[in-house]
Amino acid sequence: MRWWWWIPLALFALFLGVAAYQLTQPKDEFIPSTMIGEPLPEFDLRPAAADRPGLSDAYFRDGTPKLLNIWASWCVPCIAEAPQLERLRQSGAEIVGVAIRDRPQDVAGFLARYGNPYSRIGADDLSEVQLGIGSSGVPETFVIDGQGRIIYQHIGDVRAEHVPLLLEKLREAQD
Amino acid sequence: MIAELGLAALWLAAALAALQLVAGFLGARNPDTEMAALVRPAAVVQGLLCAFAFVMLLWLFAVTDLSVKLVATNSHSAKPPIFKLSGAWGNHEGSMLLWITVMALAGGLIAAVERRLPEKTMQATLGAQAFVGLGFYAFLLFSSNPFERLPQPAVEGLGLNPLLQDIGLAFHPPTLYFGYVGLSVAFSFAVGALLTRQVTPEFARAMRPWVLGAWVFLTLGITAGSYWAYYELGWGGWWFWDPVENASLMPWLAATALLHSASVLAARDALRAWTIMLGVVAFSMSMVGTFLVRSGILTSVHAFAVDPERGSFILVLLAIYIGGALVLFATRASSIAEGERFAATSREGALVVNNVMLCAILGVVLMGTLYPLLTEAFDVRVSVGPPYFNPVSAIFVVPMLLVMMVGPLLRWRRDRLERVKAPVALVAAILLGTLAVLLIVSTTGLLPLLGLVLAAALAVASFLPLRGRNLRRLPLAVWGMVIAHFGLAVALFGMASESAFSQEKLAAVAAGDTAEVGPWSVVLDGVHPVAGPNWTALEGQLLASYDGGDPIELDPQARSFWAPVQQTTESALATRWNGQLYAVIGNEAGAGENGARWQLRLWWKPFVTFIWYGGLLVALGGVLALLGRLFDDLKRRRVKARLAERRADEAELAAAGGRG
Amino acid sequence: MSSLKPKHQRLVLVVIALLALVAAGVLAAWALRNQASYFYVPAQMVAEPPAPERAVRLGGMVQEGSLETLADGVTIAFVVGDGEATVPVRFAGIVPDLFVEGSGVVAEGRLGADGVFVADNLLAKHDENYVPRELQEMTEHQKREVVAETEETR
Repeated sequence: MRWWWWIPLALFALFLGVAAYQLTQPKDEFIPSTMIGEPLPEFDLRPAAADRPGLSDAYFRDGTPKLLNIWASWCVPCIAEAPQLERLRQSGAEIVGVAIRDRPQDVAGFLARYGNPYSRIGADDLSEVQLGIGSSGVPETFVIDGQGRIIYQHIGDVRAEHVPLLLEKLREAQD
Repeated sequence: MIAELGLAALWLAAALAALQLVAGFLGARNPDTEMAALVRPAAVVQGLLCAFAFVMLLWLFAVTDLSVKLVATNSHSAKPPIFKLSGAWGNHEGSMLLWITVMALAGGLIAAVERRLPEKTMQATLGAQAFVGLGFYAFLLFSSNPFERLPQPAVEGLGLNPLLQDIGLAFHPPTLYFGYVGLSVAFSFAVGALLTRQVTPEFARAMRPWVLGAWVFLTLGITAGSYWAYYELGWGGWWFWDPVENASLMPWLAATALLHSASVLAARDALRAWTIMLGVVAFSMSMVGTFLVRSGILTSVHAFAVDPERGSFILVLLAIYIGGALVLFATRASSIAEGERFAATSREGALVVNNVMLCAILGVVLMGTLYPLLTEAFDVRVSVGPPYFNPVSAIFVVPMLLVMMVGPLLRWRRDRLERVKAPVALVAAILLGTLAVLLIVSTTGLLPLLGLVLAAALAVASFLPLRGRNLRRLPLAVWGMVIAHFGLAVALFGMASESAFSQEKLAAVAAGDTAEVGPWSVVLDGVHPVAGPNWTALEGQLLASYDGGDPIELDPQARSFWAPVQQTTESALATRWNGQLYAVIGNEAGAGENGARWQLRLWWKPFVTFIWYGGLLVALGGVLALLGRLFDDLKRRRVKARLAERRADEAELAAAGGRG
Repeated sequence: MSSLKPKHQRLVLVVIALLALVAAGVLAAWALRNQASYFYVPAQMVAEPPAPERAVRLGGMVQEGSLETLADGVTIAFVVGDGEATVPVRFAGIVPDLFVEGSGVVAEGRLGADGVFVADNLLAKHDENYVPRELQEMTEHQKREVVAETEETR
């Protein structure tokens, strides 16, 4: 038996090692927020729509947990999640919105077309708040507790099956 | 009920595979045990059971049984019937079931008809086949059961995505799967031969049709996949060196090498260990390809549903099969007796060069594909693209093509180059002549230039083996070789001329304006919105005329889908014998002098279609060679049967005479 | 060569085969090492510009207010930044629909002698939730700097 007959096996083992290592690495294009469990950063956003007030971090510290929805009128999945947000609102959740890189007339058009589940909407023209709370895409939905701490992050559009989960998270944040 | 029947059949098939494995390896030790007699029937019945399970799945999709999870997630009652059926294998679970069905049927076929090899080797081969099969059964039954029921039947299916209702997508993946399965059979033969140390010309002859078949399917799959990417992605390119494309190219390269080395082993009893090694490598490439595509470990322009858990499963299977085979190879290779010897200048010598070059190209592609994986382990992100693949693989393609022109003219065992002086001089003259002409008339890059020159020489050289032979009595397999080599020259010509002579025109055009590209003049007649089931599109009406001829209407679209959100460009093609006009429409480009303008991108690609004609010719060559080998085998079998009959008659006569 | 003994001829073939395979490995490794610099962020491109006419990728954020369409209707010019440096880019072609100011982009092309990056292709996935893969490497800090910088340019 000669040693060089083992070369193919050695090369193969090398490939297996690298591939196995890579498989254990998270491979999402979704980037989870590093801000979970942290308090919201300070911010104060001007109103994005005429009939709703703007948004600041102080507003979250009133004792009731809220949903913070990162959205934009130019974002198509946001259209898909609009009915689910409406359902969440009807189930008693308070939803505040942050409109990313948006124009007032586009925001108004979007809300007129697809409904307005938000109690307040802040305009985040430079994605400051978005990046500040560790969100990298639109739409994303965060659960914020009554002391203004980030409890949970949902990446992507809210589908029907996510509604109970988000309500549950809100309830947990209350306790 | 149908789903339960299918699942039961699958479990039974898995049980039979376990029996086949145990009995096969007992039989390989002693083919006279009673267990050994079970192996062949077990393989046949297993194939039938799998086919039954697959038919049940087709049935479920045909009647759209929404209580089955797979149907509910991948089908819809309003789908056209052909796409209902293709939905059965257009997803992970169904495609794995198709894979294992084809594999089990192949195993059944070998068990039923293959009698050339020693019984011990056959038992070991079928045992190995069952071993490979068992892994896939486990994968299917434990982690991706296609027959799983929903607790509540769905009201309607989710699979009405028109993006997936594409006839190319319906038949492209199964083509590649047939190729992969063929290579798995070759792998089983190699393991069987290694276990019993029977690496003989007979083994190569038994394995060869499977390799040929796999190779034909892979060729067709790659050709079709390349054309699909060409018209569907709307970028005008036909090969992107994308991981998914490389995953189909690598098994093809290995299968091509295996095909040629198996020919040497069958004809001359040389290259024994090398052929076994290639058998293992070819199958491992198809597994590595599947792994890379399914695990999502590399990002690709082709979207695929990926799942790291499935990736881990395939990786474990890969480790067991290939690792096991390589350990077996390392321990047995030195005990395989050295094969027949041959001179460097001989048919074998040329085929060795071909094999080495193919393996070098395979190595280059493999390293380029896996390199990002390696660097990411050190947190460096790189993307490897054409600037690496094109020149580095060309370094090995060029000598391979040069040897390919001469190799088939050489004799087995030993030859002298002086004997084939005339044809070699002819080929060299064509090479230099084309080179001189091209250098004078055109200024193209080095690689396209080399491609054109080599294509011209190879096109002529591929027919030289017919010289001085009686064409009527020439074996089909030789015709196959000639046509396949010629097809390669045709494809090479298409590739080189596409990159050398393509002309591109990008313009902002208002309605009524004309854009010129190459010999074409294209008038934008108008742009209209059109709507489909879940998309809207802007459709441009173009009137294209070639060299002042009658205009042809072209309607490229820019589509926006909303579920899932996606933008696609639907290119429009005008095909002539000497090339294609490729048109894509883009966004509105702002107003010009004549009103609203639209971005229009046009390519004139001379002879681009030859790439795919060439691919089809290569596959046709493979089919001819396969038919030739099969007819030969049948003939030999008939002759043998007749001989045996005569001998029996004689024995009877002798016995009768003895009594009388 | 035909005067050699068969044993020697076999040896010659084995040596040629080994040489070719080793050459393939070495060549691939060498070419791939050069590929490691295939992807640039603006800061790298300014600090160590790639050789002119060498095909590379440039990734970064499209600066707010920098995007303009030239008079021919098909060429666009914009500036890509990473918070440390900026590179002007020119691209002639059909732009992905969701390519907007402030979004991430990966441009394939070459750096011209005049310091303008000429892109042959823009890679922006057609999905709002997508950050170009290579940009994930940017730290939160870098991202915020990008934002701050775009604010200044306003």
